[in-house]
Amino acid sequence: MPRIGVFVCHCGSNIGSVVHVPEVVQFASGLPGVVHAAEHKYMCSDPGQEMIRQAIREHGLERVVVASCSPLMHEATFRKTCEEAGLNGFLFQMANIREQVSWVTEDKARATKKAMAVVQAAVHRVVGHVPLQVGTVPVTPATLVIGGGVAGIEAALQVASSGTRVHLVEREPSIGGHMARFDKTFPTLDCAACILTPKMVQANTHPMITVHAWSEVVEVSGFVGSFKVRIHHKATYVDHQKCTGCGACLQKCPQRKIPSEFDYGMMNRRAIYIPFAQAVPNKPIIDREHCQWFQAGKCRICEKVCEAKAIDYDQDPAGWTEEVEVGNIIVASGMKVMQPTDMKHLGYGRLPDVYTGIEFERLCHASGPTEGHIVCKTGGVVKAGGRPPKAIALVHCIGSRDQQHHAYCSRVCCMYALKYAHLVKEHVPGCEVYDFYIDMRCFGKGYEEFYNRLLREDVRFVRGKVAEVTDAALYPGEDGRMVVRVEDTLVGAVRRIPVDMVVLCSALEPAEGAKALAQTLHMGCSSDGFYLERHPKLAPVSTASAGIFVAGCCQGPKDIPDSVAQGAAAAAQALAMIMKGQVEVEPTTAHVIDDLCSGCQICIPLCPYEAIHRDEARRKAYVEPALCKGCGTCVGACPSGALQQWGFDDTQILAELEGILAAR
Amino acid sequence: MSDFEPRIVAFLCSWCSYTGADLAGTSRKKYRSNIIPIRVMCSGRVDPEWILKAFRDGADGVLVCGCHPGDCHYINGNHKTLGRYPVVRRMLAQFGIHPDRYRLEWVSAAEGDRYAKVVDAMIDTVRALGPLRWKDRLAAATDTLADARS
Repeated sequence: MPRIGVFVCHCGSNIGSVVHVPEVVQFASGLPGVVHAAEHKYMCSDPGQEMIRQAIREHGLERVVVASCSPLMHEATFRKTCEEAGLNGFLFQMANIREQVSWVTEDKARATKKAMAVVQAAVHRVVGHVPLQVGTVPVTPATLVIGGGVAGIEAALQVASSGTRVHLVEREPSIGGHMARFDKTFPTLDCAACILTPKMVQANTHPMITVHAWSEVVEVSGFVGSFKVRIHHKATYVDHQKCTGCGACLQKCPQRKIPSEFDYGMMNRRAIYIPFAQAVPNKPIIDREHCQWFQAGKCRICEKVCEAKAIDYDQDPAGWTEEVEVGNIIVASGMKVMQPTDMKHLGYGRLPDVYTGIEFERLCHASGPTEGHIVCKTGGVVKAGGRPPKAIALVHCIGSRDQQHHAYCSRVCCMYALKYAHLVKEHVPGCEVYDFYIDMRCFGKGYEEFYNRLLREDVRFVRGKVAEVTDAALYPGEDGRMVVRVEDTLVGAVRRIPVDMVVLCSALEPAEGAKALAQTLHMGCSSDGFYLERHPKLAPVSTASAGIFVAGCCQGPKDIPDSVAQGAAAAAQALAMIMKGQVEVEPTTAHVIDDLCSGCQICIPLCPYEAIHRDEARRKAYVEPALCKGCGTCVGACPSGALQQWGFDDTQILAELEGILAAR
Repeated sequence: MSDFEPRIVAFLCSWCSYTGADLAGTSRKKYRSNIIPIRVMCSGRVDPEWILKAFRDGADGVLVCGCHPGDCHYINGNHKTLGRYPVVRRMLAQFGIHPDRYRLEWVSAAEGDRYAKVVDAMIDTVRALGPLRWKDRLAAATDTLADARS
């Protein structure tokens, strides 16, 4: 029987206030093999770890059990502690008495009893542990960045600045993401294009960045250090190698009434188009669905006007696929803005001058449908020269902080509503601005100051959730206008406020296809569909999958400063791995005990990584350790127990089971 | 019967369900203490023999939790667990163990709340079924068999 030491943590009051720690220590010291048991207020602290190291030396411990938080939190910490005292880190087992005992159990006696059972299980298990060595795999010095919004661009530029190869994949025809649509940014009122477009160009011209626009990641195989990524390039029907971006084709295409996706249908584009003037790459694509040549078999005007002979109608409509190899992946796939179409009471899609926040952004934008003039529609069409509104309603929390839609706060709406309030005051003299809010959340640097500035700019702030936007006039002054009905909770009365334009600050949602991408990458989502970080505070841009990082709105709604910060943070993590050149991998792989293997081959088709084959000479199964990811599915299926998993051996698990059930 | 406290062993996959169970803790969701978890890397690792062993050693119920279909960290380990599930239930029934004493549930890393509910529901089911005492029953069966032979 090996000499076992048990160390029980109070975690301040997190464990100690519920679990009676001295009782657990006393119980542990009576377990077979335990030669030393101790407690500490904070086992993970330096003195706590030192206590373990000393005990290993003084008591000649051969196994260590730490009863504290989840192994997902501190297993690595205590393995290292053991290593520092000369004990192999795998001769250690963690007993989780915080996340799965003290925090979830009300009754103190029951919690203490459960903690004892968990400790007993760990003590039983650790007896059968064997020393293991952490393996290392080389890291391919290249990073894949998925998503070319501001977070992805930042990540790509940071990684590339070290001289590392970056593949930046963007599914739209241009990089830039949502920020490319913005006119100004809060709270500084910087011109969004002036900040973003140089970065877009920088990314596209950087010698170490390959921008794959109009492309999608369709398959990711391999693992940390060497991912194989299949990138599908959608057909452009324009040879971008030859195209000079002169724009002659854009002028001549006769199909001119196609609603522009970039401008949410408020402007038109041609069948051959670039999404917006500053697009990067600034090369057009042909929209096959609307092209006269593809649909009716005549036209070919773009081909005629193209001096560079870049038009290529014969491109495979299915596009083409290439495979790249990278060491790690940064996911910055962004978000989408909720379409409030099912909120009939707010008039979106029913009343003419009701916009979402991002549509209104285009209305304020100099290259938007009204050339930056905030005007009402003329004959149901958004265009310059319309009548300026006399009053505008900005309505917060559309779909956010709403139990019927999303429980979360979208974090940017309060601030962009304030920005709009300022812009309306600036662009439309005399226009009343009503800002309907529930709470003002101005949390960032300079944000509260911006709010205070707006309070002095004659904006009417009304605290209350808007009940309805209607065109049914009841009173004089409401005819031909829209009326916002709201309970003003500061006044304590229901009000009817006539306005000419309504901006619905609708929620930020996970991007289209976010779930599918998560499955491609074997990444987790939180219940709201945003990607799950490994730890909100300790590992905010890592994921549960080694070598895959997240940045920007794909992880949750956030503003530009936070998106950029995450992009840079993810880049630092990706680079750290690449600079080191190798990454550690868990040694918990499967292996075959030859004497027991009958060569039945049940295991072979079960392996999702094709890591098992039959060694024909010996008529036995063989697991290739470099390919095995350590799920243990083959081990669970082996009828003769010939397959075992390092660290999750049958004898170890069964000992753990016995430990649980031996406790009374 | 009312003071019967069932003993339940839960096998949790590390990536989704164990993380989800941790989240239940982090969000201070309370559930009953009759359940003790064993962490495995994938629900696919759970050997049906472990389930039998748990019942033999005194468990009244066994819960296995894995990632939702399509979300498995190891591509499809959970599909294999699902494939074994009806077989194990049939096997248990043949052994005279009510199949509802073994349950398979999908709990994602974000579903702390769901984990707490799954645990409480499992405890209710097993409590209604009463104590299993399979070891005693095995011993009795062995005695009967020995008597019949003699």
